[in-house]
Amino acid sequence: MKKIKITDLAGVIRSKNSGPFELTLDLVFKDRRAFELARRSGIFTKELFAGLYNINLQDVLGVVEYEQANAIKVTLVRSVVSGDPGDTDIYGAQQHAPLLDLEVPVEEPCV
Amino acid sequence: MGELRILSPTAILGYGFPLESFKEGLKREPHVIAVDAGSTDPGPYYLGAGVSFTNRGAVKRDLEFLLEAAVSRKIPLLVGTAGGSGGRPHLQRDAGLIREIARERGLHFRLAVIHAEVDRERVRESLRSGKVDPLGPAQPLTEEDLDAAVRIVGQMGVEPLMGALDAGAEVVLAGRAYDPAVFAAQAVRRGFDPGLAIHLGKILECGAIAANPGSGSDCLLGILTESLFEVEPLNRQRRCTVSSVAAHTLYEKADPVLLPGPGGCLNLKKARFEQVSETRVRVTGSSFIPSDSYCVKLEGVRKAGYRTISLAGCRDPVMVREIDYVIDSVRERVRDNFSHVDDYFLDFKLYGRNGVMGSFERKKDTPCHELAILIEAVAGTQELADTICGFARSTMLHCSYPGRVATAGNLAFPFSPSDFRGGEVFRFNIYHLMEVDDPFELFPLEIADI
Repeated sequence: MKKIKITDLAGVIRSKNSGPFELTLDLVFKDRRAFELARRSGIFTKELFAGLYNINLQDVLGVVEYEQANAIKVTLVRSVVSGDPGDTDIYGAQQHAPLLDLEVPVEEPCV
Repeated sequence: MGELRILSPTAILGYGFPLESFKEGLKREPHVIAVDAGSTDPGPYYLGAGVSFTNRGAVKRDLEFLLEAAVSRKIPLLVGTAGGSGGRPHLQRDAGLIREIARERGLHFRLAVIHAEVDRERVRESLRSGKVDPLGPAQPLTEEDLDAAVRIVGQMGVEPLMGALDAGAEVVLAGRAYDPAVFAAQAVRRGFDPGLAIHLGKILECGAIAANPGSGSDCLLGILTESLFEVEPLNRQRRCTVSSVAAHTLYEKADPVLLPGPGGCLNLKKARFEQVSETRVRVTGSSFIPSDSYCVKLEGVRKAGYRTISLAGCRDPVMVREIDYVIDSVRERVRDNFSHVDDYFLDFKLYGRNGVMGSFERKKDTPCHELAILIEAVAGTQELADTICGFARSTMLHCSYPGRVATAGNLAFPFSPSDFRGGEVFRFNIYHLMEVDDPFELFPLEIADI
């Protein structure tokens, strides 16, 4: 099965706080086709994000598709509340890097 | 009903905007200028300490143009979450700036100041009658949390802002407010659909971040009609695209479809985004579903102590390899040397390894050739934080580790002095919803003719 780099499919890959207790990840795909390829691959599951971020499954609060924006949104429980001693990223804006290594498996087109 | 044009000059008051864009916005004859002035993103310190994360000089610069434009055109100017956190001292700073500018420029107007700081006893009353619930992963609120809180603010909805406009205010300075509220208040007051108005406010509150290329320091115009709204940038270098606007709808929210706010929920399930010109996007179908009870989001912080930090680098490959050993032995020496002190927090952030992602990092075993080491101590007094940080620093500088060949010193300090006081440390300890009978009751209005 062929694999496409996520950066070839998504134009925006980012992280940000959603309030001080949650971190939200956005993958905004370049167009409907790219979004559909990603969606159909079936890889965007809670298990995937729990693995990428070393966290328990129940700390992945949701993986939501938003068709209008060709986007997939993931929300995680912050391991440290924003600004608590031990936090490393108050705004949560630099937690997206693990997503950049993703590869999306796509079926070879029939000849 | 016609249309209502709302000008958003910048993402946060004080982040600035190009005058060209602002003038372009004024040419479109806006009915309202509105701007968000704060956020919880910069963390708990600002709410706790009562200071602003935005710079006074930069806020004054923005306010001068906004006040001049609004007052001379006789259109309302609404500022939300004044002073960055929207508590009493934050409101005071921005109200002081507004009065100062009015005096300097000879401007006269009716000013409304809406307070948003909530008395802990008021919250206690609601807590005891079961009307306070945690938001998301926060724990249920306790009376200890309330006793420890140094400041609590509530997020106002559109109602108190509408009340200020009803009272004839030309400039409205609001304490902590739901971000879209200052943009939507005049629209809802004029009878426009609250779903469209709040969704438009959600996009406008970040200025040109919803355009492409995005910017947090440029203007965006919103045009609202009975059945739709459109957004367009005012800088020729930017465009609003379906993708940039739809994507912005996701920004900083956990759920892209149902966005809860004061008094109800924005439902974007049926929202449609359409490119109507090269730079403009039209949105239809957003709706607002009022909730049975009116809930206000509370934010509060407690004090956690004082911070001292020390920053150093390490280029020795053996030390880089043995860094875990080094940190463990430094911790042990600190514990042993200050065995009579147990209430401190000592942390080592290792940039080059997992300094950015902490426990989220999976690549921390990737070899690197140098490390930045940030030593941090938080303790009950500044002096104790200095002591713990300074002792950890001197211990790390000269401690031994397996394979050590460089015996003169383990750390490269970029500065003298090597240690810095970070001052007071706060933690968010209230992030809860409180049910109220009346959307106005937590937000008293003060009117002054200037």
